[in-house]
Amino acid sequence: MSVLLRTIKVLGLMFISTELFAASQMDLRPGVTEISQDVYDLHTLILWICVVIGAGVFGVMFISMFKHRKSKGAVAANFHDNTTVEVLWTIVPFLILIGMAVPAAKTLIKMEAPADDAEVTIKITGYQWKWNYDYMHDGFSYFSSLATSQDEINNKAPKNKNYLLDVDNPMVIPVGTKVRFLITSADVIHAWWAPDFAVKKDAIPGYINEAWTLVPKVGTYRGQCAELCGKDHGFMPVVVEVKSKEDYAAWIAAKKSEAAEAAAGDSKVWAMDELMAKGEQVYAQCIACHGAAGEGVPAAGFPALKGSAIATGPVAAHIDIVVNGSKVNPAMAAYGAQLSDADLAAVITYERNAWGNNTGDAVQPADVKAARK
Amino acid sequence: MSDDHHDHKPTGIGRWLFSTNHKDIGTMYLWFSFIMLFIGGGMAMIIRAELYQPGMQLIDPDFFNQMTTLHGLIMVFGVIMPAFVGFANWMVPMMIGAPDMALPRMNNMSFWLLPFAFGTLLSTLFMEGSAPNFGWTFYAPLSTTYGPPSTDYFIFGVHLMGISSIMGSINVIVTILNMRAPGMTLMKMPIFVWTWLITAFLLIAVMPVLAGVVTMMLTDRNFGTSFFEAAGGGDPVMFQHVFWFFGHPEVYIMILPSFGIISQIIPTFARKKLFGYSSMVYATASIAILSFIVWAHHMYTVGMPLAGELFFMLATMLIAVPTGVKVFNWVTTMWRGSLTFETPMLFAVAFVILFTIGGFSGLMMSITPVDFQYHDTYFIVAHFHYVLVTGALFAIFAGAYYWLPKWTGNMYNETLGKWHFWISVVSVNVLFFPMHFLGLAGMPRRIPDYALQFSDYNQMASIGGFVFGGIQLLFLYIVIKCIKGGEKASDQVWEGAEGLEFEQLPSPAPFHSFDTPPQVK
Repeated sequence: MSVLLRTIKVLGLMFISTELFAASQMDLRPGVTEISQDVYDLHTLILWICVVIGAGVFGVMFISMFKHRKSKGAVAANFHDNTTVEVLWTIVPFLILIGMAVPAAKTLIKMEAPADDAEVTIKITGYQWKWNYDYMHDGFSYFSSLATSQDEINNKAPKNKNYLLDVDNPMVIPVGTKVRFLITSADVIHAWWAPDFAVKKDAIPGYINEAWTLVPKVGTYRGQCAELCGKDHGFMPVVVEVKSKEDYAAWIAAKKSEAAEAAAGDSKVWAMDELMAKGEQVYAQCIACHGAAGEGVPAAGFPALKGSAIATGPVAAHIDIVVNGSKVNPAMAAYGAQLSDADLAAVITYERNAWGNNTGDAVQPADVKAARK
Repeated sequence: MSDDHHDHKPTGIGRWLFSTNHKDIGTMYLWFSFIMLFIGGGMAMIIRAELYQPGMQLIDPDFFNQMTTLHGLIMVFGVIMPAFVGFANWMVPMMIGAPDMALPRMNNMSFWLLPFAFGTLLSTLFMEGSAPNFGWTFYAPLSTTYGPPSTDYFIFGVHLMGISSIMGSINVIVTILNMRAPGMTLMKMPIFVWTWLITAFLLIAVMPVLAGVVTMMLTDRNFGTSFFEAAGGGDPVMFQHVFWFFGHPEVYIMILPSFGIISQIIPTFARKKLFGYSSMVYATASIAILSFIVWAHHMYTVGMPLAGELFFMLATMLIAVPTGVKVFNWVTTMWRGSLTFETPMLFAVAFVILFTIGGFSGLMMSITPVDFQYHDTYFIVAHFHYVLVTGALFAIFAGAYYWLPKWTGNMYNETLGKWHFWISVVSVNVLFFPMHFLGLAGMPRRIPDYALQFSDYNQMASIGGFVFGGIQLLFLYIVIKCIKGGEKASDQVWEGAEGLEFEQLPSPAPFHSFDTPPQVK
């Protein structure tokens, strides 16, 4: 019953008042950049041209359906050709199209202008199913993956306001600065999309695509991967935090020292409980395929780790498959390219000791380093 | 000659297995398409049920991807195309005064490949790993390096469908060009025949391209080639170019025969000749030719050079001109006619309006800079469902109601037909119209779960979807009831119907018609 009422409400609102319907957006977002505003204006222009033409054509049709009914005594006329009319309705639409093409081409040329004058360059790499942001001139990079919990997705916990649009580490860019994105992929094709900037570009393995933006307003902007990229395509959001120039500089400095710390972690010897604690955090990246309790998704070809031959067998083989990827199953990527030695050592240790695997093996960063090819 | 000789039919299962009769083969095509409509539609119901509210409720994301993939493949290759081939089989020989299709044994084979093709495709659902889960567009490398083992069965199925389509279209072309009754010049052919002739040429041109691209996938997957594998020097974007070089003409393959059906129906119920017959023919041909130079508008975001984006934008916009001509012609045909609104006409009128809405969103998407925002969102999903469901599928409904009396000799139940129409037309808009809003607001397509602000319209779409899906059972009932009996149809069936099939053949049309060709003035 409540569903029915709700539907009626939704339908009613749709036709009566779009103002009241602010919760659900109906139109394209104007976004925040000059380009996104241009795109929005272009969209609005063409939408209205279509609405006017549609009203004209359907209007004539409805008049005819109303007036020229047999039941009202209408007798069919006999015309079936008229060269003038036919030439006219070929040429007029053509002219309207030219009217649309000119502003469209202008906006396109503006969008596709090379971004050689950009002050910040970020390399975006798509992975199944997360983004890597590489601040090329500042010497650090990090992954950005979904922060929404599995409990929210599986309806075991209430859904947060930014459900599915929240990440652990957002991209950070400075306000009022031209930023260039170099977009590529490490596995399948993804598409990086920030609707409020009107930037959508495919991330393609073997290609480096270019896009740019200049955001005039501080804030957090959310989008999603737009190109089907496998099982968790719906779960790799794009979040961009636009900070003031000072905040941005502070953030860069903090990130740099964090990177230095991580490098130090790679060269020390870790205790078992440290490895397990860190490993559990890192394992968040593995849950999508191997499950929170190592149960995997066998039906979809993702093996369980709990009690598996690899996680309880020889350590070297386990390190090899995590660091260098599976030779038979491309879904198991080479995580050597994505994680630090310490992270890898921790997650392998965790997999070998969690869920009753209890091998007692502690893998050290040095072991991982040795296994890197 | 006595009628019973005319109507001598083989009996038993052999009548269907070994059939060389265009009417029987047409019937099999149409039933095949109908069965596939319920299978593909069932998958759509699963998709809409999962999307009814945010969160994962019924299925897992990988199965969701299998559903969207198979739903698309089945609807395109298993429903729309076979239905049109079924119409062509039944109607083309009767409309041009031929006794049968020109190549009846090939006709049999092109039908009987289909159950095997789709049997192969559907069998992947029961295979270890996963059924194809990379979308009906099967972009590499998701479908090659990362595809499940069942992908090879999918490739084999696509090859079978391609062979079937190519043989079917050769048959249509040969029949139309060689077997027209004396006096029926090309420019006297019914528009449905014209649109199918052009469609058949498109099929012959592009099905081999599809076969080529899946073969490249096959060798990439199994024989160590790297056509689409960047690490081996290949190019994943080339896959998209080759696929859409097939794919764009393919979408016109699915709509041109609809234009033909609608152009037969509107004049009948307006009791007035089709306005601008020759411009209709030229417009159809222009659309077909343009379809070969617009493919990359499906892939504006791959990072093409500016010149490429501009070219494909302008070429795509041009398609609006001949399409507009067609719509104007239909409206002008109705203008000052003597209109009645039996079920076929209702579906035809809905086709003109709703297909045009799909055309408008298509025009919006042709504009490259704006398409960057629309691309891969629900706006696209709304667009192609408007042209394929309220376009192609509505034309199929219209054609079925229009010709069923000629095929069976019985009128369908008009009251039920109208119920079918009205419930369909309302629910289909509740289903697909909100998808425009979802896409504009930023919901990507092919996602099994979505952010909270998309909840209302998804729920609405799902409710529309369940009603639209359910009401098609009524259509099934109407068709079966019509085959079993009902008010007898006259030979002309409809007051305003013209053409050889209505003027010179009884209802139901005899098993063998036009053993001696009629004279066309």
